[in-house]
Amino acid sequence: MEINLLLLFMIFAAIVAVEIEDLLSSVIAMGAVGLGLSLAFLILKAPDLAITQLVVEILCLIILIRATINKDLPLVKDGRWLFNTTATLTFVGLFLIFAYFALKDLPQFGAPIMRVAKDYIASGLEKTGAANLVASVVLDFRVYDTLGEATVLFTAAIGVLAVIRKVGRINANKKNE
Amino acid sequence: MSEYILCLGLFSIGLYCVLRKRNIIKIIIGLGIIEYAVNLFLILIAYRTHGRAPILDKAQDTLNIVDPLPQALVLTSIVIGLAVTALIVAIAIRIFEKYNTFDITKIRRLRG
Amino acid sequence: MPIKKMNREKESNNKGMTLIVKTITRLTVGLILLYGIYLVLHGHISPGGGFAGGVIIALSFIHLMLAFGKDFAFKKLSETKTHILESIGALLFLTIALLGLSGGYFFLNFLSRGEPFKLFSAGTIPLCNIAISIKVAAGLFAIFVALVLFKGLREE
Repeated sequence: MEINLLLLFMIFAAIVAVEIEDLLSSVIAMGAVGLGLSLAFLILKAPDLAITQLVVEILCLIILIRATINKDLPLVKDGRWLFNTTATLTFVGLFLIFAYFALKDLPQFGAPIMRVAKDYIASGLEKTGAANLVASVVLDFRVYDTLGEATVLFTAAIGVLAVIRKVGRINANKKNE
Repeated sequence: MSEYILCLGLFSIGLYCVLRKRNIIKIIIGLGIIEYAVNLFLILIAYRTHGRAPILDKAQDTLNIVDPLPQALVLTSIVIGLAVTALIVAIAIRIFEKYNTFDITKIRRLRG
Repeated sequence: MPIKKMNREKESNNKGMTLIVKTITRLTVGLILLYGIYLVLHGHISPGGGFAGGVIIALSFIHLMLAFGKDFAFKKLSETKTHILESIGALLFLTIALLGLSGGYFFLNFLSRGEPFKLFSAGTIPLCNIAISIKVAAGLFAIFVALVLFKGLREE
C-alpha cells in the first residue's frame, strides 16, 4: 500500500520534471523522483540500495545543476506540434501493449521465484562468512560483475576527461600559433 | 499487480520525454527517469510479502528473506548510471560550447 | 580556530562561499569522511559497502571544494593524485583476484573466513570493499573536478 502511494508521488514528480519550462526546476523535480526511489527501496527491504541511491542522487543533482546553470534558454514550440505528439504517443502506446503481454508471465507481486538465490541464502554464511548477503553476492559469488562495473566506471572517467580536455588543448595550440 | 503497472507508467513518462522533447537536458532527465523505473522494477520482482532484509543476524533464521540477487545487480547498475550521466553531461556541455544551444534540431541543421 | 587566522585566510583566499558556510564545513566535513570510512569497513556485516562508502568519501571532498574553492581542496587531494589513486584501486582489485590463482582459480576467497558477525571476517570481501571504495571515490572526484573546472572559450 505504501509503495503505491510512493509510486504515485514519483509519477507526479516525473510529470512535473518533464513538463515544466524552467530547466533548473526540472532538474530539481528529477531529484524528487530519485529521493522517492530511495524511500521505495527502503520499504522494499533493500537498505544497501537506499543508501547508495541517496548519495548518488545528490552527486547527480550537483553535476546536472552545473550543466544547466547560467544556460537557461527558453523552450520553443515548433510548428508540427500535433504530429510530433501524436507519433510519440502512438509509439508509447505500442510499447505499453507489448508490456501488457509481458506482464502476464511475471510472478505475482510478493511471491518471487528464487531458484538461484535459494542456494545463496542457504549457504552464503558458511561459504563466505559475510552476514550481509548482498555483499557476499556482489563480492564473492558474482564478483565478475563487479570487475566489469569497475571497468565501465574507469572508461566513463577517461571518457569525461577526454571529452572535456582534448578540444581545449587544440584550441590553445591554435591560439599560440 | 498494480505496482508493476505504476512502474510501467513511470517508464512511459521517461520514454515520452526522450522521444518528444528537443532540449538535451530534458533528454538526459528522461533517460534518468527510465533508469529509475528499470531499477525499481527489478527490486519489485525481488520483493517477498512480509519479507526481511537480506542481512543475517545471530538467530540464524534464513526463512522469509527477500531475493538478494537482483539487489546486488541493481547496486552496480546505480553507480554505472551515475558515471554514464556524467559522460552525457560532459558531451552536452561540449555541444553547448560549440553551437551555443541545447536544441537538437538546430544542431542537426548546422551540421551539413 | 582563532578569529584572526580566519580573517587572514579570508583576505588571502577570497574564493568559495561566506564565513558561515566555511565554519559549518570545517565542523562537518570530517564527520562525513568518517561515516564513509565506517560504511566501507563494515560493508560485510551491515548495509553499506564499497559503492556507497566510496560515493560518500567523494562527496566529502566535493563539499570541501564547494565551500573553500579549488585551491584548498587541491591541497588535500590534487588532481594528479586522484588519477593515481583511481589506478591504484583498480590494480588492488585485480591483485586480489590474481592472488586467488595461488589456491586454484580467479577470485578465490583464499583468506580464512573467521568468525561471523565480527569485523575481521569473510576473507577477501573487506579488502575488495576497500579497493572498490578507493576506485569509486577517486573516479567520481576526478569526474566532478573535470566538469566543474571546465571553462569554455566564452567563459575565459
